[in-house]
Amino acid sequence: MKPRHQRMLWISAGLLALAAAGTLVLNAFQSNLVFFFTPTQVAQGEAPQGRAFRVGGMVKEGSVKKDGENVQFVVTDFAHDVSVSYTGLLPDLFKEGKGVVTQGKMQEGRAFKASEVLAKHDENYMPPEAQHALDQAAADKAAKSLKLPN
Amino acid sequence: MIVEIGHFALILATCVALLQAVLPLAGTMLDRPRWQALAKPTALLQFALIVLAYAVLTHGAVTDDFSIKYIAGHSNSLLPLPFKVAAVWGGHEGSLLLWVLMLSGWTVAVALFSKTLPLAMVARVIGVLGWVSAGFLTFTLITSSPFERLIPAPADGRDLNPLLQDPGLIIHPPMLYMGYVGFSVAFAFAIAALLSGRMDAAWARWSRPWTIVAWMFMTTGIALGSWWAYYELGWGGWWFWDPVENASLLPWLFGTALIHALMVTDKRGGFKAWSILLAIGAFSLSLLGTFLVRSGVLTSVHSFASDPKRGVFILIFLALVVGISLTLFAWRAPKATLGGKMGLVSRESMLLANSVLLVVATAAVLLGTVYPLIVDALNLGKLSVGAPYFNAVFVPLMVPVVFLMVPGGVAHWREARWAELAHAMRWPALAAVLVGLGVLFFSGRGTWLTAMGMALATWVVAGLLHQIVMRMQKPGRIAPSFWGMHLAHLGIAVVVVGITLVKGYEVERDVRMGVGDTVQIENYSFELMGVSEVNGPNYKALRGEVLVNKDEKLLEVLYPEKRRYFSSNMPMTEAAIDSGFFRDLYVSLGEPIEGERPQWSVRVYYKPFVSWLWYGSILMVLGGLLAVSDRRYRKSPAALAA
Repeated sequence: MKPRHQRMLWISAGLLALAAAGTLVLNAFQSNLVFFFTPTQVAQGEAPQGRAFRVGGMVKEGSVKKDGENVQFVVTDFAHDVSVSYTGLLPDLFKEGKGVVTQGKMQEGRAFKASEVLAKHDENYMPPEAQHALDQAAADKAAKSLKLPN
Repeated sequence: MIVEIGHFALILATCVALLQAVLPLAGTMLDRPRWQALAKPTALLQFALIVLAYAVLTHGAVTDDFSIKYIAGHSNSLLPLPFKVAAVWGGHEGSLLLWVLMLSGWTVAVALFSKTLPLAMVARVIGVLGWVSAGFLTFTLITSSPFERLIPAPADGRDLNPLLQDPGLIIHPPMLYMGYVGFSVAFAFAIAALLSGRMDAAWARWSRPWTIVAWMFMTTGIALGSWWAYYELGWGGWWFWDPVENASLLPWLFGTALIHALMVTDKRGGFKAWSILLAIGAFSLSLLGTFLVRSGVLTSVHSFASDPKRGVFILIFLALVVGISLTLFAWRAPKATLGGKMGLVSRESMLLANSVLLVVATAAVLLGTVYPLIVDALNLGKLSVGAPYFNAVFVPLMVPVVFLMVPGGVAHWREARWAELAHAMRWPALAAVLVGLGVLFFSGRGTWLTAMGMALATWVVAGLLHQIVMRMQKPGRIAPSFWGMHLAHLGIAVVVVGITLVKGYEVERDVRMGVGDTVQIENYSFELMGVSEVNGPNYKALRGEVLVNKDEKLLEVLYPEKRRYFSSNMPMTEAAIDSGFFRDLYVSLGEPIEGERPQWSVRVYYKPFVSWLWYGSILMVLGGLLAVSDRRYRKSPAALAA
């Protein structure tokens, strides 16, 4: 083999390796995208079954029930509710009436099984996803109230 | 009055920065040595003015001057003194002031340590740094002045975020900033080389020590951040692939690639355009990191700003830097000559592979970090990229990088022979295979991942020991940079051991415990003796007392705390850690659980070899220190040619 051919061979091998790496990266990327849904979207059945996603809003007042490490609470955007169950220790800043974002999967029926309750870093800070959920629901309500009854 | 002096000093500094940006560069174009000579005095003056401004803000923090809006927002009269000093960089405005302080500090260092460089080169480098500084000073003054008054002054300040009230915070941001800002020097050298059209080995030799020093600070900053997350967040994690962490990892990866590419440019005259691109990239990623962290597009303990003006300003600045540098690059880079020939198997080709892998890894991490932001900005929905993506992509790309450390050190420049390489690497290969098989079959819970991690670490350590022995058999003084390289590589191996073993063998138990209850992990038993109330200077806490017995003998008493800070009413978990060379025992106190008998949820973790992550980082930094201590960087070009 001439040196030039050998070089071509190496370069094509390198390109192939890069293409393979690229495919693997994009594949991993595709399967690890976690989408966010508001409680309203979940109630309307837009959230996927069998795939992890995030849901966020306010922790409904009076909804938190603890049984050892098992916790149940309701996430609301004041239009619709999602009941969430979680096993494990909650972050320091988890509180009723405060914003929350959880990640997990929809179980049989309509309960959301959270694998993660995301920690916040600051008392006054509202997770932007949770804020988005509340804004969205408020906007929907406002739009409905403007409609004339038939 | 003092506060206004600080503000005024900052305005003056901006004017001086503009002079420093315009005059020396104009001097090089019009060939006026007097204008070029202005680079040093303007850099010194700018530094003095920013130090004054910074001192004024620190004075305000220490004397509890809550008429300064920034101090009122980030400090409190009850805050212990070291935290008051640290509060100066605990928020957006103050941390920007720290940014420009460091930038002007780096510029002064360039001015002072560049006696052997030609005047025109110094003028160009300092001029470019002047532009960067002028940009950031304008940004600070227009959108985020730390000297704004709050009248009437509140009785007390809002306090520093409790998470930041920690010794780690005192050093973490300054270290990271020194790294971020330090890459501006490598960038300035690259732009200066493009402007002058002299992209030669001398340029690479000058910028190598600066790049290494910036990289050392960056390494320290990242390691401290990870350490802080480990013991302060209370859940024992040390890396979360959080966008803010990624923001610091991206320039670090590019900086690492740059250090290695510059070596080829210095020694063999190759990779010139590539080195320049990497330098531009490393600084652009530093700016991107600043943007991500400071613009408020991300949400974490690091993002203070919510003013969209700020984000837009940094984004425009970033676009200008990238746009102008790449245009300059496209115009001038074709002038760069190619270096010596390189064989398909040679030290150069291994270093090229290292560069490519690191750049691909950076691109993959960048994709996962900014994609959610772009999708959100385009209003296409909200999503996030899970940590599994980063693990799945980053680990396979880093394995060959670590693997290449051994052949890269053995292979000759220009052309290496397969047979020679194989011969030189037979012992490390044997050691790696034996250790890998040993872990796989004899260590109980060994998986092929832990086996591979340990084999890889063994491969690196055995490989570098072998190279050191071979080198010592040859005559001649061994240069400090030789030791530096191997020490830094040893550091990587130590980090690999830490990651592998903590991932493979950690035990995490979230349990509920009443007084007198015991939890057993490995041969350690943890007994909760009681929970009592204690008072801190600016918080109240519940403090647990946990007896740790090892093989029935008392080893240690741990005191995990759950604190509530007065001013912000924010709860915080303060984990208690018994840190050892081979393992950490980690206990953190959770919520009380209601019931007949008082109980608490408690996290009890056993983390083998976790401290090796920080030990390895220290070794890397020491390696960098040895490398820059090499005398060849301080010789004048003439002496080197002789």
